[in-house]
Amino acid sequence: MKVAITSSGNTMESKLDQRFGRCSFFVIYDSETKGMEFIPNPNKDAQEGAGPASVQLVASRNVSKIISGEFGIKIKSLIDSLKIQMIALKDSDKSINEVIEMLNH
Amino acid sequence: MSPRPIRLRKISNPPVISGFKPYGNNKKSGKTESIFLHLEEYESLRLCDHEMLNHSQAAESMAVSRPTLTRIYSKARKKIAEALVTGKQIIIEGGKIYYDSEWLKCNTCSCFFNNPDKQKKIKECPLCGSNNLSN
Repeated sequence: MKVAITSSGNTMESKLDQRFGRCSFFVIYDSETKGMEFIPNPNKDAQEGAGPASVQLVASRNVSKIISGEFGIKIKSLIDSLKIQMIALKDSDKSINEVIEMLNH
Repeated sequence: MSPRPIRLRKISNPPVISGFKPYGNNKKSGKTESIFLHLEEYESLRLCDHEMLNHSQAAESMAVSRPTLTRIYSKARKKIAEALVTGKQIIIEGGKIYYDSEWLKCNTCSCFFNNPDKQKKIKECPLCGSNNLSN
């Protein structure tokens, strides 16, 4: 099962990014192979439409869960219709390492 | 006195298409007229005739009362019947609605998550695996 996590940097110690559409990096974590991939977000400085474009990018990797700080109104229904689970961790300064550790509970 | 405001109807997923067009029109009357099927009416049809829920279950899922759901549903059937009989095209659009799926909160790691698959009930937190959940 693949999980997408929004990250503010490209290391394991980077913090979880609170924004979804304009986060710096997406971490695609595969819970079976324990492999992970950092994808720089091309929509980081987009004027508008960053959310839906990011959803497309993430959905093309066939993820089943997305972990971020918050999800905007434009993309909630979009992610819902793609049957991807949204997990919102509000106001947390957890690092990518810690989030993945929690996933492997 | 102003009337009681309309309660927003909860819709789980937007429809996959935005309407239907008739074809093979025998009468050459130029432009086909269209009927606007509201999203809430589409949702009531989906719940009652596709998911086969009864009206009170469907009403609960749309966050309205049972009589209101029945009213929305009968409007939807009336519109679709009219479109079929008079050969009008159906456009699914409008209505007082909001999109939402069920959101839950985990009391251990204080995260929020939704339930994308309505058939299954979520028993444990997808992040930390705790079963201390609340709505």
